Amino acid sequence: MSTATISDEMRALSSKFTEAFAENFLGSREDRGELTLWVMPSAWREAAKLLMEAGFNHLSDLTAVDYLDREPRFDVMAILASHKTCTYLRLKTVVDDQQPVDSLTPLWVGANWFEREVWDLFGIHFTDHPGLKRILLPADYTGHPLRKDYPITGPAGSVFR
Amino acid sequence: MAASKTGIPNTAATVETDESGYTVMNMGPQHPSTHGVLRLILTLDGERVVRSEPDIGYLHTGIEKTAEVKTYQQALTVTDRMDYLAPLSNNLGYSLAVERLLGIEVPERVSHIRVLLAELQRIASHMVWLGTSGLDAGAMSMFLYCFQERETILDLFEEVSGVRMMTSYIQPGGLMADLNPGFLEKTEAVVEELTKKIDMYYGLLEKNPIWMERTKNIGYLTPEDARHWCITGPVARASGVDWDLRRDRPYAAYADYDFEVPTRTVGDCYARYIVRMEEMEQSLNICRQALKKIAPPGVGVPYRTDDRKIVPPPKYEIQYSMESLIHHFKLFTEGFSPPPGDVYQAVEGPRGEVGFHMVSDGSNKPYRMRVRTPSFTNVQLIPHLIQDLLLADVVAILASIDFVLGDCDR
Repeated sequence: MSTATISDEMRALSSKFTEAFAENFLGSREDRGELTLWVMPSAWREAAKLLMEAGFNHLSDLTAVDYLDREPRFDVMAILASHKTCTYLRLKTVVDDQQPVDSLTPLWVGANWFEREVWDLFGIHFTDHPGLKRILLPADYTGHPLRKDYPITGPAGSVFR
Repeated sequence: MAASKTGIPNTAATVETDESGYTVMNMGPQHPSTHGVLRLILTLDGERVVRSEPDIGYLHTGIEKTAEVKTYQQALTVTDRMDYLAPLSNNLGYSLAVERLLGIEVPERVSHIRVLLAELQRIASHMVWLGTSGLDAGAMSMFLYCFQERETILDLFEEVSGVRMMTSYIQPGGLMADLNPGFLEKTEAVVEELTKKIDMYYGLLEKNPIWMERTKNIGYLTPEDARHWCITGPVARASGVDWDLRRDRPYAAYADYDFEVPTRTVGDCYARYIVRMEEMEQSLNICRQALKKIAPPGVGVPYRTDDRKIVPPPKYEIQYSMESLIHHFKLFTEGFSPPPGDVYQAVEGPRGEVGFHMVSDGSNKPYRMRVRTPSFTNVQLIPHLIQDLLLADVVAILASIDFVLGDCDR
């Protein structure tokens, strides 16, 4: 399938990352034709900036995954696309509950709502965000529904039970 | 009085004055030109927009959370309900993502049918956009014509899937059922009819001075800003961002098709209108090519993969084959379990990049289904576009962005 290819140029990003971030670069993975790069939260924004300068100019998505039993608990990921080489890659970092991540809004204004959504649904903080507040749920809502320990039927005592 | 999410009290009156003497006004959630339930909090100096803030979430139904407790086949049905004007594009994105998780390929004919349906869906969605934006800008007849034409396409969807809108027709592993006999001929007739109609729409709008006046030279978006705001789809292409996933990251069978990607560099409302109109023409062009490539339905013509672990066996096989009976039972009680890992599959929906990020933990339910929807990023752009413009222009700009709140809120 033509959508599932990793070029040597992209593989070279790995060594570039090792050079730039040393022990803050946690490694890379190729799976089903997609490249994922892991960095420590401290290198998150720098890594995104490096990729942006390397041609990955489009922030396609920014989201999180909750691995409840894992330590640290959350994966925060940015899906970046290069309009020049027509390729995608994922930049991931791992954070624990209550641990903030640097906001990507200085790089892409559009990251604003993505990060507000992650805060709203996962409860992950972003530092330097221009207005981190709930976006999909009401302001007085408690809890973060996409966390794995949040029941699908809603909080205890909820009318939807 | 209950405070709203944004801290502005929900009073009975929707117009207030803030401390600097500006008028604060709610546009929506129930306002015809917000095309759904978007609430736009406008701070106005006379008729000029000083500040604006979109307030979304009124249609948030927790689709991503719901998908986590459904099997892969069941989760397909919630994807219809996000962008309800383009359910087949969502089905396609979801199915391709799940197929890549599973590592399976579908027969070539299935890919061509998917292309045909996705393009018909794009036209149907653009018809709604054209009709409603015409209505908003004072060209009321557009609404009547466009909805009539859209209905002919929805009739085709009804014929193959049984429903007009929530189709769930494109499924992981192929299609729900084969095409009906005579479907291809009917589609051909519809495509020919639409080709003529698009010329008529041009005539109705290009010679309408009100339409031209209200769309030209307002709501400028530069290509740098489009990238900065993560904008995709026709809105970005009207600003000179030459990026179309069908051409640049071909999925399904798009690599076999010959089509152009319309772009403009002006970036105003009129450019967005022209890009969508030309996109419809290109979609019709793709449909014509697809109709030549798709074999008519019949015995032995595949409409889904024959991998029995993914799709159920035909009914007649269950009558005599024990394995088929077991496969059928296992599929409908347990479903299939893709190997652990994650994929991101983006498709070019009518509004832009629809991206499905699926995470599998090896069980029969998605560990996480994240959907990157184009309306979400495009609604975020509204304050940037309407800054310092007149209230009447806000309506035209909202129409030109073409968002669907179901897609935005999920």
